[in-house]
Amino acid sequence: MMGRAVAIDVSKLGKVYDGVTAVQDLSFQVYAGEIFGLLGPNGAGKSTTLRVLITLLRPTTGQATVLGHDVVREAEAVRRLIGYVPQERAIDRFLTGREHLLLLGDLYHLPKDESCRRIAELLKLVDLEGKADLPAKTYSGGMKRKLDIACGLLPNPKILFLDEPTLGLDVQSRLRIWEYIRRLRERGITVVMTTNYLDEADQLCDRLAIIDEGRIKALGSPSELKTALGGDTLSLTVGEADMGRVELLASALKGLPAIRAISTRPTGLEIRVESPEKALPAVLEAAGRLACRLEFIEYHRPRLDDVFVAHTGHAIRSEFPEAEE
Amino acid sequence: MREYLQEISALTMRWVRRLSREKFSMLFTLVQPMLFWLIFFGNLFQRAADTQVVQAPTYISFLAAGVVVMTVLNNGLAGGVDLLFDKENGFLERLMSTPIHRTSVILSRFLFVMTITSLQVLVILGVAFLFGVRPATGFLGVAVILLIGLLFGVGLTAISMALAFSVKSHGDFFSVLGFLSLPMIFLSSALVPLSAMPAWMSLLARFNPMTWAIDAVRPLILSGWAAALGPVAMVVVIMVAFDALCLYGSAKAFRRAMG
Repeated sequence: MMGRAVAIDVSKLGKVYDGVTAVQDLSFQVYAGEIFGLLGPNGAGKSTTLRVLITLLRPTTGQATVLGHDVVREAEAVRRLIGYVPQERAIDRFLTGREHLLLLGDLYHLPKDESCRRIAELLKLVDLEGKADLPAKTYSGGMKRKLDIACGLLPNPKILFLDEPTLGLDVQSRLRIWEYIRRLRERGITVVMTTNYLDEADQLCDRLAIIDEGRIKALGSPSELKTALGGDTLSLTVGEADMGRVELLASALKGLPAIRAISTRPTGLEIRVESPEKALPAVLEAAGRLACRLEFIEYHRPRLDDVFVAHTGHAIRSEFPEAEE
Repeated sequence: MREYLQEISALTMRWVRRLSREKFSMLFTLVQPMLFWLIFFGNLFQRAADTQVVQAPTYISFLAAGVVVMTVLNNGLAGGVDLLFDKENGFLERLMSTPIHRTSVILSRFLFVMTITSLQVLVILGVAFLFGVRPATGFLGVAVILLIGLLFGVGLTAISMALAFSVKSHGDFFSVLGFLSLPMIFLSSALVPLSAMPAWMSLLARFNPMTWAIDAVRPLILSGWAAALGPVAMVVVIMVAFDALCLYGSAKAFRRAMG
């Protein structure tokens, strides 16, 4: 990572709304040309952070620069360099797709012919050419999202900010949006996005910051974060009749060379192991010796879920996506 | 400056486009005040209203000034609604993340609301004309009526936008709007002259800027320049103060909402 150009520099950033602290003491850097993710549950402070970076909110404390420009003192300069894709529905249902883009072209002060040239190119990029002259109220969720992205790209930004780019989309649309975002990186655009989907953060982001309760809990590439957890996970599901012996089993395993950490679950044990080859025989042996019947053994490499739980103490709540404020 | 004009004309055209896509609602907003208030109310009360009391040849000629100002009131108070929806669905955020001057969105809204209101006022005066109401001060008088409408409308639209930026939900917005609109009309000289009101109502009506606007528009329609000049001068002073107050308040609300 050494020597990479810094696109965004955030230092000790804090934001308080009406006495409520939304984020505090955030510090991170985004490198030029990467896809950077802000991962966290609803209300964690991701959107607040994003809004500060795109100059829509003034930070209460700390500072942030985007391509060297301070987001408060040089907001105008920042706005000229970035593109923004808000959460879904930020669309005027009465305007056609093309009219959205033409409007934004004027707001970015593009000359008419330049605006039209870029619009034709972008409509092609997001496969909306055929529907460009229909009112947006006839668009599906995926099409609206594509229009959103085209709008964000119209100013030819150095950095594109996306707020929950695939929230509420079907699987196919999600994959297509991911594809566009990867293509942007190939074109040298820096991408900053918020998400509360673990798989999205894992597959799409080069680096990410896990945010919870307004603070950064972990920062790094998905694989770094997983490796840092130390080892793979072995989940044991114990027969109901033998649940009484779980504590015994846990203490028998504690301290064995290949085993790093043990935690009790309502259905059994979760064991963090250094190498499964060494740990598994020891676990089976101990269970056999204690006559503790194992119903199910699951082994997996650390997933981002595990990283999230390890750093925040709870699972990400993404089952009920709500509109964030 | 060229950039500023480009932004404002694009944003204003957006409002025009939206209106043209909502033909049905456009028709009703346009027709409702004339149909309901001017034609129905005006003709219905023709015999019930005493021409001695209203000091006009017909009730409809008395009511015309009231309907003109009511239209300004309703358009002005509703002027922030579209910004409210823009705020709620994030479109406003998208607009504000572009390098536009911070006042462009608001200014485009003023331009649009004022233009629509002026057109509506002209249509109302036209319909009144068909019912025999000839403005006593002629075309110049109509121009002054439009000016009074603009002066009042700017303040009202500012209040509406301030409300749009301050409320938590659009339910709140419409509650406040509904609460303001009818009392403003009844506690004014729109339907009955102040002299014919119970003392307490006429006292309250005197604090209603709408009364001052109507009392300036009415002699322009009914009497002529001699009777109108005084009230017109008065209403210009009052409206400048009213607008200053409203614009100050809405600028504060806007700054708070935009962080």
